[in-house]
Amino acid sequence: MADTKVTLCGIEMDNPLIPASGTFGYGREFSEIYDINCLGTFSFKGTTLEPRFGNPTPRIADAPSGMLNAVGLQNPGVMAVKQRELPEMKKFFHKPVMANVSGFSIDEYVETVRLLENEDQIGWVEVNISCPNVHGGGMAFGTDPKAAEAVCSAVRKVTKKPLIMKLSPNVTDICEIARACEGGGADGLSLINTLMGMRIDLKSKKPVIANKTGGFSGPAIFPVALRMVYHVYEAVKLPIIGMGGVSTAEDVIEMMLAGATAVGVGAANLIDPFVCKKIVEALPSVMEKYRINSLSEIIGGAH
Amino acid sequence: MKQNLYTIAENNCIAKDTYRMVLKGDTSANTRPGQFVNIEIPGLYLRRPISVCDCCSEGYTLIYKVVGKGSEALSKMEPGARLDLLTGLGNGFDVSKAGKKPVLVGGGLGSAPMYAVAKAIRAADPDAEITVILGFNAAEEIVLVKEFEELGVKLEIATLDGSAGTKGFVTDIMKRLDYSNFFTCGPGPMARAVEATAKTSGQYSLEERMGCGFGACMGCSIQTRSGNKRVCKDGPVFEREEIIWQTPK
Repeated sequence: MADTKVTLCGIEMDNPLIPASGTFGYGREFSEIYDINCLGTFSFKGTTLEPRFGNPTPRIADAPSGMLNAVGLQNPGVMAVKQRELPEMKKFFHKPVMANVSGFSIDEYVETVRLLENEDQIGWVEVNISCPNVHGGGMAFGTDPKAAEAVCSAVRKVTKKPLIMKLSPNVTDICEIARACEGGGADGLSLINTLMGMRIDLKSKKPVIANKTGGFSGPAIFPVALRMVYHVYEAVKLPIIGMGGVSTAEDVIEMMLAGATAVGVGAANLIDPFVCKKIVEALPSVMEKYRINSLSEIIGGAH
Repeated sequence: MKQNLYTIAENNCIAKDTYRMVLKGDTSANTRPGQFVNIEIPGLYLRRPISVCDCCSEGYTLIYKVVGKGSEALSKMEPGARLDLLTGLGNGFDVSKAGKKPVLVGGGLGSAPMYAVAKAIRAADPDAEITVILGFNAAEEIVLVKEFEELGVKLEIATLDGSAGTKGFVTDIMKRLDYSNFFTCGPGPMARAVEATAKTSGQYSLEERMGCGFGACMGCSIQTRSGNKRVCKDGPVFEREEIIWQTPK
């Protein structure tokens, strides 16, 4: 019997599957088409202190084996998440959820996390210091080790929940940022967020996306993400949620061999809304094919 | 929303750069005119959304124009090939508000969902006096004339170059009509012109570049008088009163 269970920062999950923040909303759209309790958990839409509309449209562009987005952290704000989204989520999702939090100042990160601290539904807090699509926040904290550590240690003071820092690949050395977060008291790391990219429309001769640049995701970035997970696994002792282009059960296993304890699925949800369910269902047979009895035993197995 | 495989039964050029694709397969997710499907196209990552022109128990009829890589690849597909579709997407038009004398205004390929609307209104009210105004750049782009006429609607055509019907805009025709309600789908400039002309309540099908097509990615958000809305999931159809018209980019 294939054992898909993993333990992420002290919380046991039925399997390592985690739909990534920003591709799964607050779960509702997916709960309408399948029982999302089959997932390990999911990371909800990046939430900020105040409601945000996000960037002007177009926000999306196609790319070879992937896509670009510059949504810009559209979300209803933390109070609406507490008052509306979490009570609604309780009706269809009965596992600890991962709260993804973003901000434009350290105070904003701290206040948002503090407001979510007493929500029992939330198992983990994932702090996004890597959004490439907002100005004056987001990635600015994730591309400088000192700033990353400052956000991490400030948030650490207001939460007892497992604290996961979500890292940007748009850096010279992601291991340096990973070590800074470990020093700041993080319990885990998520990587990678999207790679900054752009497309230009040949007819208008202008950028396709209104924000000009966007975050590149999809299968094209899988080898990049895998390499970073592999190196960060060697750089720190923290558990890793590996993500970036994961689309199949085989990708999940590859990511875990590189060093991931759990695995995020992002863009693939937007192409095939059932993809996470399909991966969960495919895992046992793929494990059998590669003679894997227990997923937790293969973490970092490629080292 | 449902995900299923469909077999291409027909994929023919019916007007300039314009194709009709007939797909055989399950249509149970399609509940209202103005909904759309999102098609996975081999070799491309993002699906391509196309509004439903007609739908019966055997399958879908889609009309699309070749405007980019996705539609070009679609136009080259042969009958017998299979396509993966997400279906039943979007809210669709509420035809219960049509009244006795609705006017339907379609610009270019916006004519396709107007056929679905006309058919739904006709099914609900055999006596409704339906006027359909279709606008095209030129005669060579005109589609669906026979199909609309078979529904027993009054059909008016406007072309910008005057090569068929009335020379000018759909609104040149619309402004001299009396109607109970309007339904419209077309490019931004046409929608704005309709807004400036319209005398009653009505519904607009809006366009925005989409990511997923089912409300997950927030790629196609707009601001309305009732808050932020996703064109793909909360729309694409919005009541006139809800829309905040932005100045053109």
